Amino acid sequence: MLRKLQIKDHGNETRLFKRRAIVAISVVIIMMLGIITRLVYLQIYNHQHFSTLSQKNRLKIVPLPPTRGLIYDRNGLLLAKNIPSFSLELIPEQVKDIDETLTRLGQLIAISDNDRQHFKRLVKQKRRFQSIPLRYRLTEEEVARFSVDRHLYKGVSIQARLIRYYPFSEMGVHTIGYVGRIDTRELQRINSTNYSATTHIGKLGIERSYEKELHGVVGYQQEEVNAQNRTLRIIDSTPPIAGKNLHLNIDIKLQAYASRILEGYRGSIVAIDPRNGELLTLVSNPSYDPNPFVTGIDIKSYNALRNSPDKPLFNRAILGQYPPGSTVKPFIGLAGLDAGLANSNLFCPGWFELEGDERRYRDWKKHGHGDTNLDKAIVQSCDVYFYELAKKLRITQMHKFMSLFGFGKKTGIDITGELPGLFPSREWKRKKRGQAWFPGETVITGIGQGFTLTTPLQLASATATLAMNGLHFRPSIVQSLQGSDDIKPILRQPTRYKSVLLKNPQNWQLVKQSMMRVLHSSRGTARSSGQDASYKIAGKTGTAQVFGIAQDAEYKEEEIDKRLRDHSLFIAFAPFKQPTIAIAVIAENGGSGGHVAAPIARKVLDAYLLGKEL
Amino acid sequence: MSIDSYSAANRRRYSLANSLHIDVPLLIGLLLTAALGLVILYSASNQNDDIIIRQLTRLAVAFGVMVMVAQISPQQLRFWTPWLFTIGIVLLIAVLAFGEGKGAQRWLDFGLLRFQPSEIIKITLPMILAWYLADTALPPKPSRVFVCIVLIIIPTLLIAKQPDLGTSLVIASSGIFVLLLSGIRWRYVFSAMLAAIAAAPLLWYFMHDYQRQRVLTFLNPEQDLLGSGWHIVQSKIAIGSGGLYGKGWLNGTQSHLEFLPERSTDFIFAVYGEEFGLMGILLLLILYLFVIARSLYISTQAQNTFGRLVGGSIAITFFFNIFVNIGMVTGLLPVVGLPLPLISYGGTSMVTLMIAFGILMSLHTHRKLLSQ
Repeated sequence: MLRKLQIKDHGNETRLFKRRAIVAISVVIIMMLGIITRLVYLQIYNHQHFSTLSQKNRLKIVPLPPTRGLIYDRNGLLLAKNIPSFSLELIPEQVKDIDETLTRLGQLIAISDNDRQHFKRLVKQKRRFQSIPLRYRLTEEEVARFSVDRHLYKGVSIQARLIRYYPFSEMGVHTIGYVGRIDTRELQRINSTNYSATTHIGKLGIERSYEKELHGVVGYQQEEVNAQNRTLRIIDSTPPIAGKNLHLNIDIKLQAYASRILEGYRGSIVAIDPRNGELLTLVSNPSYDPNPFVTGIDIKSYNALRNSPDKPLFNRAILGQYPPGSTVKPFIGLAGLDAGLANSNLFCPGWFELEGDERRYRDWKKHGHGDTNLDKAIVQSCDVYFYELAKKLRITQMHKFMSLFGFGKKTGIDITGELPGLFPSREWKRKKRGQAWFPGETVITGIGQGFTLTTPLQLASATATLAMNGLHFRPSIVQSLQGSDDIKPILRQPTRYKSVLLKNPQNWQLVKQSMMRVLHSSRGTARSSGQDASYKIAGKTGTAQVFGIAQDAEYKEEEIDKRLRDHSLFIAFAPFKQPTIAIAVIAENGGSGGHVAAPIARKVLDAYLLGKEL
Repeated sequence: MSIDSYSAANRRRYSLANSLHIDVPLLIGLLLTAALGLVILYSASNQNDDIIIRQLTRLAVAFGVMVMVAQISPQQLRFWTPWLFTIGIVLLIAVLAFGEGKGAQRWLDFGLLRFQPSEIIKITLPMILAWYLADTALPPKPSRVFVCIVLIIIPTLLIAKQPDLGTSLVIASSGIFVLLLSGIRWRYVFSAMLAAIAAAPLLWYFMHDYQRQRVLTFLNPEQDLLGSGWHIVQSKIAIGSGGLYGKGWLNGTQSHLEFLPERSTDFIFAVYGEEFGLMGILLLLILYLFVIARSLYISTQAQNTFGRLVGGSIAITFFFNIFVNIGMVTGLLPVVGLPLPLISYGGTSMVTLMIAFGILMSLHTHRKLLSQ
C-alpha cells in the first residue's frame, strides 16, 4: 500500500493555530466576564443582603454527638453503659500560653504525661476554636478545686460528657471489648461528618464489630455567636439519633461464675446453646479491666498488661490455638463409623507401630487397654485404637470429615479477629511447608496431636454440632438490635451452616452414648465429674502435649516445668437427651483433662442447668 | 518577526534572560500573582508565620524547578515525551494497586518522597497528544482524533477510579484543549458536546456516593449544612459582604471568626473577595489574564506543531483551573476540590504548575537561540 505523502504546510498550520488561539483567548475573556458578572451579582447587587447576613451571621454549626447504644446480656443486665463524667477542656484559641496554663493546671489537678501528649495531638487535629479534652473523669474534689480558681484560667472549662463504663469490668472484656479515643488510623476510615462530635470508637470485641450500629447518627445545632465567638442562643437544631442497643446471648452471670471457677489457670471456657448457636459464655483467663482503656490507660499499666507472662490481653477463646488432644476422638470415631471402619475390635498392647517403621506410638496407659472396641476407646480414651483408625481412614478422609464440623475454619462469630485453627491435609502441608505428607503424621492426627490446632470456640461449636446430630449453627454473640429503649428489639435469626450428614444416622447415638459413659460409667476418664449428677452429661476429656517426650521415656508431671505441662481439655454437652448447652474448657498446663477441665465444666453445667450458685 | 527590530538595550536584556532561558514578562506576571497570593494567605491563615514560611519555601522550590525545566530544549522534551507518559501511566496503575491516601488512593510512597502520579499525567498527557499529532499535517484525520481520545480516556478513568474527580476533570480537559487547538472541525466539537450532555446520566451512574452528594449539595446547598453545603453558603456570604472595596486586609469577619472552612486552600478566593472586594478581584483577574495571554502568545510563536499545541494547552488548562475554583467558591459550579493556582496553600500542584510554565519558557527562549 502506498503511504499517502503528507506535505506539511507550515504557513497554513501556523495560521490555523493562530485562529484557534484567538478563539481561545476570546473564550477566556468571555468566561472571565461571566465570573465578573457573577461577582457583580454577589458583591454589588446583593451586597446589602449578604452584608446583613454577615452581620447577623454569627451563625455557627455545632455538631452534637449521638448517645452510644447500650449493651445488655441475655437477661437484661447492663454490660456497657454511658455515665456522665466531668472532663477538663481547653479551647486553644482562647488560651494565651498553653504550656504555661498546663503547668499551672497541673498543680491543681493531676495531669499525666500521657494526657499531655494526647492533648497536644488533638490540638493539631482539631480547629482552634473547638474545645479539647485534657483530662477525663475528674473527681468531685478536683472539680471543686478547679471551680474555686476558675477565673484565673481563661479558655479552660469543666464539661460534662458521657463516657463508656463497663460495670462487669474484667468479666466481659473478651466478648464486649471496649471503646477508646479515635486514633489517626481510624480517623481515615470513618465518615468524618458523622464522627464530628464523637471522641471514642469501638476498639475490640462487640464494641468494634458493631461500631456502626452502636454509634448512631450525628446531630447538629445552629448557634448564634457574638463577635467574640460566644454562644448567644440556639437557632435551630437537628437532634442526633442514638445508636442501637444490643442484646447479647451472653449470660454474664454464668460467664462471671465460669471465670471464677477457672481462676488460677490460664485458659478459656466457651459455652454455646447447640439449638441455635447462641453463645452463652466466652471466658478467657486471665482477664483485665477495660475501663482504664476508655479514657486512655497510662503507659506503665499498659506495659504491665502487655508484658505479663500470663498474657491477659490475649483473647484465648477465639485466638488461642491449642492441640485438641483426645477431644477429637468422638469426631474421628464418628468418621470411622460412617466409613464402616470402626466395627471391629482391636488389641491394645500399650503401643502402636506402622509397618516397616521402628517408631513406637505410645498409649497413655503403659500396659495397654487390651481388647478394645470403639465404645471402650472413647470411654477410656485408648490412643492405640485411634492410631489404627486414623491409619485406615487416611488423612484426606479425616480432613474432609472434620472440616464439616468446622475444624480448621473460622466459626464466623460476630467479633473480629478470630483465628481459624488448623486441621492438616496433604495439600496444606505441600503448600505451607513444601513437604510431602508422612504416614506417621496421619497416626498422631487421630488423637488430636501433630499439626492440629483448635480454638476453644471451635471445640465448643463442633461439640454443639455433634450434640445436635449434625445441625451446625454459626456461633453468635448478638441476639437482637434495638432502635431505642421503647422499641421492640429486632431478633436476629440464627445462621445455619451446611449440616453434617451421616450415611447411617444411628451412628450419632453410638458415639454420643460412649461420650455419656465417659462421665457415667465406672471406667470413664471423667467418671468423678459425672457422679451424683441429676442429669446426664456426655463429654470427652483431652490432655494435649505441649512438651515432646522422648521414646520410652515416662511423663512425670512433677519433674516438668509448670509451663511445659500438658494442657487440660474437656468438651461436653448436656442434658444428654435434649442438649441445651455445649461447652469446651481449656486449662493451659493444667495436666490431665479428667482431673482439671472436666470438674470445671461440671460446675458450669450445674450452674447453668440447675441455676446453682449464680 | 525579527530580532533586529529590537533596540540594543532590549537586546542585551533579552540576551541575558535568554541565556538563562527565562521569559521576563511571564516571570513577572507569575511573581506578582504569587506575591498577591502570599498577602492573601497571610490573612487567610490568621497571620500564621509558619504557613507563610512553608508556602514561601514551596514557591522558591517551584520557581527553581521552573527555571530548571526551562533549560531543557523543546527537542529533548519531545524526545522524552512517550517515555514520561508511559511512566506516568504505570505509576497510576501502581497507585491503584498499592497507593495510600485518605479515603481515596492518590499517593505513592517511596519512603523519602510521596507524590501523586496524576501530577505527571497533568503535564505529559498534552505532551503525548501534541507529540502524536505533530507527525502529520493539521487538522488531524478522524482516525487520529480517535487515537487521541483513547489516550485521554485511559488516564482519566484511572484517576477517576482513585477516586479524584477534580483532577481527572482537569486532565481530560487539558487533552481536549490540545484537540481543539489542533484545528478539528467545529462541527465535530459541537456534536461531541451534545453527546456529552446526553451521556450525563451515565456519569451519574458511575459516580461514588460522596460525589453524587456533592452534586446534590450544589443544587441545594442548604440541605447539607454540616458538609460542603455549609462551605458554599458561607463563602457566598463572605464574597457578597465584601462589596466593591472589601472589608480591608485582615478584617474579614467571615474568615476570621472561622465561619469559612478551608480558608487557606480551596476557599481562599472567598477570603480575598471578602477583604479586597470586587476591585481586588479585578486586579487578580487582570494578572491571571496577563499570564494566560502571554502564554498563548508564546504558543503562537513556537516553531513547530508540538510546541504550539503543548503551550496552548498549558495556557488554557491554567485558566480552566482558575475558572473551576472561582466557579465553585462563588456557587456557580459544584464543589470539586481544586486549588486556586498560585494562591492556594499547598505543594504538589504548585510544582506541577511551574513545570508547565518552565516548558513554556523553554519553548520561547530556545526558539530565539535557534533563529539567531
